[in-house]
Amino acid sequence: MSEYILELKGVTKIFPGVKALDRVQFQLKAGEIHALIGENGAGKSTLIKVITGVHKPDEGEIFINGERVNFRGPKDAQKAGIAAIYQHVTAYPHLTVTENIFMGHEIVRNKVVQWKEMHKEASELLAKLDADFSATDEMQSLSVAQQQLVEIAKALSMKAKIIIMDEPTAALSKNESERLYEVTEKLRDDGASIIFISHRFDDIFRLASRATVLRDSKYIDQFDIEGVTEKELITAMVGREITEMFPKIDVEIGEDVLRVEGLSRTGFFKDVSFNVREGEILGLTGLVGSRRTEVVEAIYGITKLDKGHVYLNGKEIHVKGPRHAMELGIGLLPEDRQQQGLILDWGLGRNVTLPVMKDISKKGITDEAKERSLSKNLLETVGVKALSIFDKASSLSGGNQQKVVVAKQLASKLKVIILDEPTKGVDVGAKAAIYEIIGELAKQGYAIILISSEMPEILGLCDRVVVMCEGRVTGEFDRREVSQEKILEKAMAKRTIG
Amino acid sequence: MNKETKRVLIAETTFSWKKFFLKWEWFLVLIFIGINIMNSFISPYYLSVSGLLSATSSFLEKAFIVLPMVFILIMGDIDISVGSVVALSAVIMGESYNRLGLPMGLAIIICLLVGALCGFINGFILIKFKELAPMIVTLGTQILYRGIATMILKDQASTGLTSITWFSNLYWGSIFGIPYMLIVFIVFAVIFGYILHKTNFGRYLYAIGSNETAAHFSGVEVDKVRLITFTLTGLFSAVTAVFLASRMGSVRPNIAVGYELEAISMVVLGGISSAGGKGNFIGAIISIFIIGLLRYGLGLINIPSQVMLVVIGSLLILAVLIPQLNLGKYFRRKQGVVKEA
Repeated sequence: MSEYILELKGVTKIFPGVKALDRVQFQLKAGEIHALIGENGAGKSTLIKVITGVHKPDEGEIFINGERVNFRGPKDAQKAGIAAIYQHVTAYPHLTVTENIFMGHEIVRNKVVQWKEMHKEASELLAKLDADFSATDEMQSLSVAQQQLVEIAKALSMKAKIIIMDEPTAALSKNESERLYEVTEKLRDDGASIIFISHRFDDIFRLASRATVLRDSKYIDQFDIEGVTEKELITAMVGREITEMFPKIDVEIGEDVLRVEGLSRTGFFKDVSFNVREGEILGLTGLVGSRRTEVVEAIYGITKLDKGHVYLNGKEIHVKGPRHAMELGIGLLPEDRQQQGLILDWGLGRNVTLPVMKDISKKGITDEAKERSLSKNLLETVGVKALSIFDKASSLSGGNQQKVVVAKQLASKLKVIILDEPTKGVDVGAKAAIYEIIGELAKQGYAIILISSEMPEILGLCDRVVVMCEGRVTGEFDRREVSQEKILEKAMAKRTIG
Repeated sequence: MNKETKRVLIAETTFSWKKFFLKWEWFLVLIFIGINIMNSFISPYYLSVSGLLSATSSFLEKAFIVLPMVFILIMGDIDISVGSVVALSAVIMGESYNRLGLPMGLAIIICLLVGALCGFINGFILIKFKELAPMIVTLGTQILYRGIATMILKDQASTGLTSITWFSNLYWGSIFGIPYMLIVFIVFAVIFGYILHKTNFGRYLYAIGSNETAAHFSGVEVDKVRLITFTLTGLFSAVTAVFLASRMGSVRPNIAVGYELEAISMVVLGGISSAGGKGNFIGAIISIFIIGLLRYGLGLINIPSQVMLVVIGSLLILAVLIPQLNLGKYFRRKQGVVKEA
């Protein structure tokens, strides 16, 4: 018998163009709660998917109880006693708790589903978890915390020995989290081994006995929680050098261009204030769920604000919608460039000119010659690698698609450009090109808001950094005083509500 | 902005005969010719100016609905209430004249306004309640509008419209042998085609049909465009109502049943994807004549209407299946994909 119930050795997973895991190792002792931590994109999710059989590793070995296993799919992992509870509960909202628990492994005798038996067993499981709802309740009538209990019951009903919890506390209040801690400890005492992913130090120090840190798709270190400090963990998570990818151009920073005060949208963000000046690059960062995107989408008029003021060049504005925002001079490069940024079926040229059709037409009639020359010009300015302006947007690589979206912004007469994760899913070479473009835009006097989860980007490009956590601004740093540790500390700020 | 030499993009359109002849519209032209040949065998008088014109007049009043329906489908929406809008606006026109004693000219204006209002209501519901499917909303208003028309007239008819000569002439009259209705149709067809292919509004329709979210983020006023298009559809349903009333000389609440399906069939046969974002205007125009003349020809040899439905249904299924067979893949020029260094 091995010391470890689950062990991964040298696991590598390659997606087209990206190494998502690079010779990662991981050891889970029987009966422990083991925290898996790292920044966004460090490789945690991919690792979980390898363990649960969703992804097949390209290299490396997986051992369960010292025996080598080879999962062909999630079913194999389930049979081996592995269950995962995801951040976003993947339930059937219209079915009952019992049906959800037994979905996919119903108790069947003589081809007849044994409802009585299933209800009884579900009730027993729920009692064991001290649940305050019944097995016959409809799933959608439950709170997120209660739904998580159902997922846990489901894991138990499958006789799972290894339970993976992917950021289970992300959507929970403080009291609910406390309940979850108790349940988790109970599971451990009953003999389950638990992998606990979290961005919260509260969770990690309260529950885990050991922690594994991933960074940049690599295994970094393993810690015993006893005796380790928050600082040490943060250093392990971020300890990366910023390369010379960020040629920070010195730009004269001018007057305030955009200032927002006390922006609130119920259920999303509260009391968000910041400003950005001419020629300045303002970083807006935070972990998943920090609601950065929601804030800028409200500024751009995609959603409505409940409260707050937006000032452009000192004058208060009330943005009615994206068209109005652009006319005022605010542009947004959306986070999801394939769904929100581009019409993939269209040629590059038409994509670029869509926001400015009014400028290239007379009385609503499109001037196609003008359209072609404008789009050709802008696409060449950002250096899109394509043959012609008629190439379909879907034929380009991620980086080049992003350049097209940038060109689209340049067509309008903007003062503020908001870039939401402009380098997401873009390879290194194209990233450098996009950084160069961003620097150039600042030099031309645009006020720029850069949303990014990538620390090096924020540190390398931004003049100022605003950190958000769970819909609130938790910190603001100047370029000279900012560090990865400070940002992460604020981004993981302890909860004030709940 | 780039240190290296600037990459130059091609911005001139190139014309290729191969691409030109691989267009769907040529296939439609072939069917169109085939149907004309068939019809000329059926009736010796078919291939004459007067024969062709009377054949055309037999279906053209419905074709006014097809024009805005092209816009609706390109936007990725659908409107199945148009038949009922025709009935309601026609009934109100007839009753404005007969019961209220208004002059016919005013009754026509009221008819057009009622049609536009019906379309506006469809569009308004759709933009206010985005989670509702256009199919369901317009199914609801289809029943509703027909219901109102029936309430107004019960099982009666609003008759006596033939006594107004100029109104009768809208359908039956002609100049130099060309029916007025055909002239009006050609004018509107050219305008609609021009709007779709040459104006910003047309571009917005394609944008919404291709990717509504991206269009919204790009500043396209999606709600406004949808509202205008649905209103336009209602308005042109009322135009159909005017010509239909002119032809029949009376209106009843149960006229124009099934017009929506015929209009949508014509649009889809024209190569306009019901998923939105694809298709040309000219295809729909050719399809109006294909389905219209096919019905006319089959009518000449007294084919029962049930059999006619089978023929038209088969043609439609065939037409939507052919692009799925992907015959064009052997001819398609490879797209210029440039990989990043």
